[in-house]
Amino acid sequence: MKRLIATLSAVALAASLAACGGNDDDAPAANPAAETIQIGSVYEPQNLDNTAGGGQGVTEALNGNVYEGLFQLTDAGKVEPLLAKDDKVSDDGLTYTITLQPNVKFHSGKALTSADVKASIERVTAENSKSARKSYFEVIKEIATPDDATVVFTLKNRSISFIYNLSYIWVVNTAAGDLTTTADGTGPYKLGDWKRGSTLSLTKFDGYWGTAAKNAGVVFHYFTDATALNNALLTNAVDVVTSEQSPDALQQFTSNDAYKVNNGQSTTKLLLAFNDKVAPFNKVEVRQAVSQAIDDKKLLTSIWGEYGTLIGSMVPPSDPWYEDLTAVNAYDTANAKALLTKAGFPNGFTFTLDTPSYDPHPTAATFIKSELAKVGITVNINTITADEWYTKVYQKRDFAATLQEHVNDRDVVWYGNPDFYWGYNNPQVTDLVDKAEQSKTTDEQTTLLKQANAIIAEEAASDWLYLYPQIVVASSKLSGYPVNGLNAQFFAYGITKS
Amino acid sequence: MARYLLRRTAILIGSLFLAAVVLFVLLRLLPGDPANALLPVGATPEQIEAARRELGTDASLLSQFLTWIGDVFTLDLGSSLISHLPVGPEIAARLPVTIPLTLAAFTLAVLIAVPVGALAAIRADRWYGPVINAIAQLGIAVPAFWVGLLLITTFALQLGWLPAGGFPPDGWDDPAAAIQALVLPVVTVALVMSASLIRYVRSSTLDVLGADYLRTARALGASQSQAMWRHGLRNAAVPVIAVLAMELATTFLGAVVVESVFALPGLGGMLVKGISQHDYPVIQGIMLVSTATVLVVGFLGDLAQRLVDPRLLHREAS
Repeated sequence: MKRLIATLSAVALAASLAACGGNDDDAPAANPAAETIQIGSVYEPQNLDNTAGGGQGVTEALNGNVYEGLFQLTDAGKVEPLLAKDDKVSDDGLTYTITLQPNVKFHSGKALTSADVKASIERVTAENSKSARKSYFEVIKEIATPDDATVVFTLKNRSISFIYNLSYIWVVNTAAGDLTTTADGTGPYKLGDWKRGSTLSLTKFDGYWGTAAKNAGVVFHYFTDATALNNALLTNAVDVVTSEQSPDALQQFTSNDAYKVNNGQSTTKLLLAFNDKVAPFNKVEVRQAVSQAIDDKKLLTSIWGEYGTLIGSMVPPSDPWYEDLTAVNAYDTANAKALLTKAGFPNGFTFTLDTPSYDPHPTAATFIKSELAKVGITVNINTITADEWYTKVYQKRDFAATLQEHVNDRDVVWYGNPDFYWGYNNPQVTDLVDKAEQSKTTDEQTTLLKQANAIIAEEAASDWLYLYPQIVVASSKLSGYPVNGLNAQFFAYGITKS
Repeated sequence: MARYLLRRTAILIGSLFLAAVVLFVLLRLLPGDPANALLPVGATPEQIEAARRELGTDASLLSQFLTWIGDVFTLDLGSSLISHLPVGPEIAARLPVTIPLTLAAFTLAVLIAVPVGALAAIRADRWYGPVINAIAQLGIAVPAFWVGLLLITTFALQLGWLPAGGFPPDGWDDPAAAIQALVLPVVTVALVMSASLIRYVRSSTLDVLGADYLRTARALGASQSQAMWRHGLRNAAVPVIAVLAMELATTFLGAVVVESVFALPGLGGMLVKGISQHDYPVIQGIMLVSTATVLVVGFLGDLAQRLVDPRLLHREAS
């Protein structure tokens, strides 16, 4: 018995010895960099170059913070000039003359010139560029730099989205070396240290041309595990989580005054995408019936509780051409049955739903299966990996229906492309999308895209299940952080801690 | 001994090569194509072909394998398909987390398991013998990440004594902070590992307790503890050493699992990410390093066994 007690006390001693190391950390404020904001994220960059497959994480950390574009997409979804001091468009809409802000310096000290802008666009459009935005700039015929402060773009045809697309281009120093591990931009922060698998720090740039950052710097802490990320927030190891991915974890923050849970607007839509070219989904009535047979509200609530938004179409509220279309093809099982009968399927039919294996798709698929069973449609769920989805569904178009999330803003235009994977082909929509791009004014563009959006909603080109929430959870001492995080960006320069 | 060493080294090298082949082939059998991970949505078949050429995944399996194994001999583990950064230095950068974690957890596990296991055997007739045994049995069934979450909830979230995870950005520049960050992960891995070790120590001690030579020693007048010290422990150690070597290897792999629960920048997080992205060079690099570690530790364990009990050598020679 004595020995047991001795052993147990040894174990207890070891545990308490281990623990006492942390006893003095009542004062995390003793950290000399109290003005540095600690940010928690699950999106670590692959590398630091957004034209070399850097991924979503590099946008989150560096866009607007380290690198700036001629224009900027604000957190509210507006496109505003940034490095462009002035922009003029010729009457035919083919020539854009942009004057640069004066006194802009790169972090390395070199002054910004029009040559840097030209080179930056050429990096994106280069043969080996992996930028997802590459095709946006095929419209450019020529880039001229008549003087150091002026860039002139000549386009092949009118493109109303041109200015908006420029907001994706980071202006980088022509003299910068390998940008996959270093950075040289014009933003309010310069790159500090990047410890792969752990942290990436940004420090305030004293030579910044615009309004200086309100904090001394920020450190992005990267996590692969959502629980670990939340624990870091609960123990004040991080001040803010850029995007909460686990709805179950929110309760511990909503019930605690020390935290603020922000319900922002994302641009990520969960879609039940039909193969519109193949029977039975080539029939509008069938697509409408399926859309009406699924209670989107119930699905959203079961996955995200009170968060997230119903949309009824491809356009999120942050797009200029948003309209509330939730009433179109709304939940109505009786009508769904009538539509099925009209389409020639009075007893329903059977189809296979290709379902990506990661959350929330399996849950959504099971829900859809039970909903559609009520109107006589049998769903076979086929779970596939992200890679298989890309090959089978996206490339080979070998599917009847699939679940997928589409993350970008302004991507209603994909319905104007009959060659896109879902095969929706309505010449009227294609025409509206083309015309919208050739518009003379943004009002005209907005009107045309609203028309296109109304048609795809009416025809149930896909079933737009819901819009994801964008949930930023932060210490209640923190203010000035972006809550919408459009296109994965996270502007950190306005954040302050009281 | 020299002959044994030579033979054992040959086996080690052969195993390593075989492991490399299996690893390479298994990875290629996985469905999916890394070219997809590199390209934006909307890529044309020509772009995909070009990406495959760039990655070298369009070459025959044999030539891909020969290139890889050739590079490995020059200590070049290749570059990540996704980040384009070299894999070797990145693995090296993560070892200062994984190695201390593994060694500390292993040491702690042995410190717990040897006395507790021996006690459970020697005092099998008392009430606590079976209790220890039952607790150990339970410990084996519990997954490491669950123990980790439990410790985090208690010591980090409720008591606030230790960080819930993460590693100081400056690494070991501030040893106190680094050690603090490692305490909970070390205890997690050690607790889980000690559970199975306790059972080995216990059964090995039980075997010795029932052995003839111990009874003989007792008959010749030695007390129970004298007999144990002089004859028992050395005999009990032989099977335990074999298990220890295996356990050290398992601890290493256990550390890799626990790292993601504690958000530690070790090999674990890197491996998980590599797998999700079909990043062959990253997965191959980490698996090769881990496999080599496991094999080398096994080799050293065998060696240690033979040093403790030279009879094993003679038995093999005859």
